[in-house]
Amino acid sequence: MGQPMIKKPLELYIHVPFCIRKCNYCDFLSAPAKEETMAAYVLSLCEEIKSYECLQDTYEVCTVFFGGGTPSILTGQDIEKIMNEIKKAFALSGAFSHVEVTMECNPGTLTMEKLATYKKCGINRLSIGLQTTNAKELVILGRIHTYEEFLESYQLARKMGFSNINIDLMSAIPEQTMESYSDTLEKVIALEPEHISAYSLILEEGTCLYEQYKQGDLAGWKLPSEEEERAMYDETGRKLQKAGYERYEISNYAKQGYECRHNIGYWKRIDYLGLGLGASSLLSNVRFQNESDLTVYMKQWSVYGALLQKEVDVLSEKEQMEEFMFLGLRLTKGIQIAEFEVIFHKSFDSVYGKIVEQLLAKKLLIREKERIYLSSYGRDISNQVLAEFLF
Amino acid sequence: MIIDQSKIRNFCIIAHIDHGKSTLADRIIEKTGLLTSREMQAQVLDNMELERERGITIKAQTVRTVYKANDGNEYIFNLIDTPGHVDFNYEVSRSLAACEGAVLVVDAAQGIEAQTLANVYLALDHDLEIVPVINKIDLPSAEPERVIAEIEDVIGLEAQDAPLVSAKTGLNIEDVLEKIVQRIPAPKGDPKAPLKALIFDSVYDSYKGVIIFCRVMEGTLTKDTVIKMMATKAKAQVVEIGIFGPGQFIPCDELSAGMVGYITASLKNVKETQVGDTVTDAERPCDTALPGYKKVLPMVYCGLYPADGAKYPDLRDALEKLQLNDAAMQFEPETSIALGFGFRCGFLGLLHLEIIQERLEREYNLDLVTTAPSVIYRVHKTNGEMIEITNPSNLPDPSEVLYMEEPMVTAEIMVTTEFVGAIMKLCQERRGIYLGIEYMEATRALLKYELPLNEIIYDFFDALKSHSRGYASFDYDMKGYVQSELVKLDILINKEEVDALSFIVHGETAYERGRKMCEKLKDEIPRQQFEIPIQAAIGSKVISRETVRALRKDVLAKCYGGDITRKKKLLEKQKEGKKRMRQVGNVEIPQKAFMSVLKLDDK
Repeated sequence: MGQPMIKKPLELYIHVPFCIRKCNYCDFLSAPAKEETMAAYVLSLCEEIKSYECLQDTYEVCTVFFGGGTPSILTGQDIEKIMNEIKKAFALSGAFSHVEVTMECNPGTLTMEKLATYKKCGINRLSIGLQTTNAKELVILGRIHTYEEFLESYQLARKMGFSNINIDLMSAIPEQTMESYSDTLEKVIALEPEHISAYSLILEEGTCLYEQYKQGDLAGWKLPSEEEERAMYDETGRKLQKAGYERYEISNYAKQGYECRHNIGYWKRIDYLGLGLGASSLLSNVRFQNESDLTVYMKQWSVYGALLQKEVDVLSEKEQMEEFMFLGLRLTKGIQIAEFEVIFHKSFDSVYGKIVEQLLAKKLLIREKERIYLSSYGRDISNQVLAEFLF
Repeated sequence: MIIDQSKIRNFCIIAHIDHGKSTLADRIIEKTGLLTSREMQAQVLDNMELERERGITIKAQTVRTVYKANDGNEYIFNLIDTPGHVDFNYEVSRSLAACEGAVLVVDAAQGIEAQTLANVYLALDHDLEIVPVINKIDLPSAEPERVIAEIEDVIGLEAQDAPLVSAKTGLNIEDVLEKIVQRIPAPKGDPKAPLKALIFDSVYDSYKGVIIFCRVMEGTLTKDTVIKMMATKAKAQVVEIGIFGPGQFIPCDELSAGMVGYITASLKNVKETQVGDTVTDAERPCDTALPGYKKVLPMVYCGLYPADGAKYPDLRDALEKLQLNDAAMQFEPETSIALGFGFRCGFLGLLHLEIIQERLEREYNLDLVTTAPSVIYRVHKTNGEMIEITNPSNLPDPSEVLYMEEPMVTAEIMVTTEFVGAIMKLCQERRGIYLGIEYMEATRALLKYELPLNEIIYDFFDALKSHSRGYASFDYDMKGYVQSELVKLDILINKEEVDALSFIVHGETAYERGRKMCEKLKDEIPRQQFEIPIQAAIGSKVISRETVRALRKDVLAKCYGGDITRKKKLLEKQKEGKKRMRQVGNVEIPQKAFMSVLKLDDK
């Protein structure tokens, strides 16, 4: 008997591009949709999952992430169908309970039945988009829920036995103040979620909020200044640390052992397969993206008989190194020099020694034995630092 | 083939910019039957890509066509298209000297403009017969009667029978051709006299060497003649002579008095064949050269630096190549603490500078940093010595300077009366000395000012346009040097002087300029990890200050599976932006910042 082949880890991302209402700041692929469309989409998705059966021998799935859109808008049956398809098509790493399976949810879309189905088919982590507890800020963002409705969903999830929950928060919302932000933080800490992620609001072109801003409709609203935003970021770190959360990535905080394995995979360049409309994948150093037109995506099997992919980008060794650095340095622990050398068979210093030295001198990086990571100031202006690692 | 002198017409077309000079030239070529409409690429004569884009003629272009007139005879037309900008006035004057007549194109809607007048005066100086033509009569706003009256009143030229044409649609072009035959005199000159030919342009061709464009005034030129340039003393044996077909050179056996053509003689550099020089037979030279030759000298200087220091040899090669074709451009190496190795280059004017800069960037793919343009200042030192400086960094210590002089121009600005006030105010701000005003008609005036050249080389033309809703037109002549209270304004970034940003300015305007520069630089220099003071100073006295705040914080953007490609593009953009920066001390200054300070009035 030969040795059993060691399979490579694979992450699955399932994109659900539907929402009850598009948020004012959202530039993701998502739209409100009819029930028939959603049902048809799920069928297409299942086709796609099946088409990857061939990966069984080389890969085993270690995490699954349902993102969107609002994946929780789908019926429990749909989710179950997708999960069954995944279990059939892919090899799993160990028992299914070992696989991290996250479902992004929006308050107001969760019911006891849905949660029970989630539980039954193996979903073991929930990520709930709260953004803020402040009523006025929720209206500005165009969220469909109130804080009270969020609380209801959250408590329901706990009651149904979900013991790994993330709450999404947002800073730099128009009209947000240090006080209102602190208040949000305190309320969320009191709920004791296992994981918190906190991002800035970015006014992306093409979003409703951006248009309002451009047309001067935000004139009455005050955007927090850069100084205030920085103060909010510092406050997040301080308050969460006191409450037992560790910042393990620029914007992600977790209680020990509850770091999101799926997202860490992106930063450590584990192979991942994006399934669904416009989803991105990285497979053996090739990046590619699915079709992003919903009608075309859903017709691809019947019309083309194949999965349509675009922007296929074969990464050169240099590009791989660049990614290793600019993704890895997002993590609080940073990158390990030895790991770089094992992957690329090159001495780290021969490639990046000079740049690292300059950044160390500017106190933007810290080097500690075999690790390199961002200093606190380096984290504040991470784009400046990360850009240095591009060739 | 003997060419009958009486059947030759040598003429040029003169006009204010945009009045339709090149379009009319195209129509003339088309109507004389050498090219079919299909072969006509728009504007045959403007053959540099840049010329077509900017809609102006930069180098003289020449074409010979044959016209069968209503009298039954065939006439040879030599059309010499002249450069259309004040920077190239000397070239224009030499092209005019090669002609017997000029077609004056006036826009039927706009009427006479400053350049119309300047060109008419030039043509009259050369005793040319002027044939007025009213163009663009197809425009709804055309007022041919008013413009005819204007030509008669202002220029004093009979214009009642001026052809009313539309060069764009081809309307009445035959009228122009007949007028050329009837009104413009045939050339004179004895084909048997010693050779005397005027160089009105020369171009460098990598196969043929220098190609001289000339008008034979006296004598006859044949192949194998050893020719001599009377001013530069260069000698060479003629390899080929010929005439100008549209877009091509057509060799011929001889060029005799009255004819226009080209000469190749394996000359390597246009420096030896200066515009305005006289070509004669080295064996049988003429007694005196043709009048009017002068060596053209640059009036505006600036530093040109490669954005990427490693491209210095490429820039040198490109400048050398361009110079083969442009005797008026000069360059010599210089070094800047801020910008490294580069060249100090001299140009006829700001347009000339911009053209060279664009050609370097386009044809030679170079990324350039340009320093503020400077004129030639005369510095009289306390030791009695006088030096000319073109780079502010070379200004001696103030203690060694007795006084300084700067070049002046006399400017004529044509403007509708409603803007006279605004333009006078502008000229006053630019230290202009009022010389007078003439009214053309009830609504238009010609303002005359004496202005320092250094006040008009930056952005005067743009300012003029913006103060007159685009209507003012402008022309100038060099006048000479006057003593002036000049100071050197230095810019300090993070307490370090940036030599490439220093410039010389009049004491009275120094404060204003310094303030504007600091403001502009504040906008152009991206925030860095520390606070950056920007100061303007005269000697050790700081007269203005701005601060670029330190960079504090990036926004917190997501970076999950679908964001990675986008994130990488963002980082690449950041990196690319940084590459285009110059490190001065520990501050990174974008290339753009060096240029933007040239245009301080655009806000």
